[in-house]
Amino acid sequence: MFDFGIVTKWLDDLLNSVMPGWLTTTIECVLVAVGLLVAYSLIAMFYIFYERKVCGWIQCRLGPMRVGKWGLLQVFADVIKILQKELITLWHTDKFLFKLAPYLVLIASMLTFACLPWGRGLQIVDMNIGVFFIVAVSSIGVLGILLAGWASNSKYTLIGAMRSGAQMISYELSCGISILTIVCLAGTMSITGIVEAQADGWFLFKGHLPAILAFIIYMIAANAENNRGPFDLPEAEHELTAGYHTEYSGIHFGFFYLAEYLNLFIVSGIATLLFLGGWMPLHIPGWEGFNNIMDYIPSVVWFLGKAFFITFIFFWIRWSFPRVRIDQMLALEWRYLMPIGLVNLVVMAIIVTQGWYFGA
Amino acid sequence: MDFSIFGVQSTTLAITAALTGVLLVVGALVIAWLIGPRSYTEKKGEPFECGIPTRGDSMAQYHVGYYLFAILFLMFDVETVFLFPWATICKNIGSQALLAVGTFLVILVLGLAYAWKKGALRWK
Repeated sequence: MFDFGIVTKWLDDLLNSVMPGWLTTTIECVLVAVGLLVAYSLIAMFYIFYERKVCGWIQCRLGPMRVGKWGLLQVFADVIKILQKELITLWHTDKFLFKLAPYLVLIASMLTFACLPWGRGLQIVDMNIGVFFIVAVSSIGVLGILLAGWASNSKYTLIGAMRSGAQMISYELSCGISILTIVCLAGTMSITGIVEAQADGWFLFKGHLPAILAFIIYMIAANAENNRGPFDLPEAEHELTAGYHTEYSGIHFGFFYLAEYLNLFIVSGIATLLFLGGWMPLHIPGWEGFNNIMDYIPSVVWFLGKAFFITFIFFWIRWSFPRVRIDQMLALEWRYLMPIGLVNLVVMAIIVTQGWYFGA
Repeated sequence: MDFSIFGVQSTTLAITAALTGVLLVVGALVIAWLIGPRSYTEKKGEPFECGIPTRGDSMAQYHVGYYLFAILFLMFDVETVFLFPWATICKNIGSQALLAVGTFLVILVLGLAYAWKKGALRWK
């Protein structure tokens, strides 16, 4: 399988041979930043288009069709339109916090985005505490949303932000516990380590019932953390207009929208990484010929394919279920998902210590 | 030390990623400021309230329940942080790890059960 690590190593050696070390590092950081920016905007645009098309398909419509072939240029038109809008700040807003909020939201999503394993050797931030780092930085986003609602000086945004905050912190626990379950099985927090451990079978298949349960809990919790689908009560249109970003206009609003779609990709990517083997191809033990064919498909295609598939499930859930009430939402987390998740973790720990999982 | 892509330190790359986020926001804001219109009318600065004039202070009262859930969250979030190192080495330690963390979890779940019994998990 193609290894991007060889390419980056070659580039690093080449640069190091002609210039001093600090310059090499600077050039490499600039390369990383450009790559991140391009990938970030492309994924965001693709996701907006993807959601509109899938939503149209589910509702027996065509979705955007006018701008460009099959509406492919619609998103670009939207970006240009949103850039031309005036940036309004209201009276009596806390101007500093109001302007700080989009930065926090975008920084949180950019940091988690940089941690995703895109392919063999193609991962920007690869810490030995990778998953823990993801859990830690993704919670900066909540802060941004709370600030946005608080600083806007409007009743809708305040209530929207409070709901959003309560929902996101509650479901973060379930997310964390299902990630813990997988860390327990993998025995490492490093993202590369988790992916490598799934070479002979994805954790969803390897880890018996606890892994499947953890996957289901993760999917529900991730959906709620993104304020999407049946859990979109922070932005319930008929109650709160648009929730925490009601008073943001133009590109200021665009940042929240961008981060929302990117977060969708990030949770899909993390689900892929933890349960579906990251960029690892599908291998079935004993089927040598089949495994060899699967190895020919590039790792990037595997990762993106799995992530887009999981996103499709999120879209499907969103357009199929009615919105829940806030008491139902909190009861689901604290009375069902949390206790089930904790028991699940203990069961997984027993399985791991007794060596009852596949490929032990 | 912890190295990632290009053999650069992970911390440096994480800072680069954060700065890229800042750059994205600043860049887009500058473009919007350059090509966007600017106008001033007095009514524009009013908070949105379905078209009618704003009434009262915008810092309205909200449900105290949010605070309660935030406190509960704090308890379990710290627990998750403690459990991460345990989960990493759980495979090597064996049944002793189970015993140790079992005690820890039982005490925490007792806390949750108490909150549940007191009705803290019910939205009133």
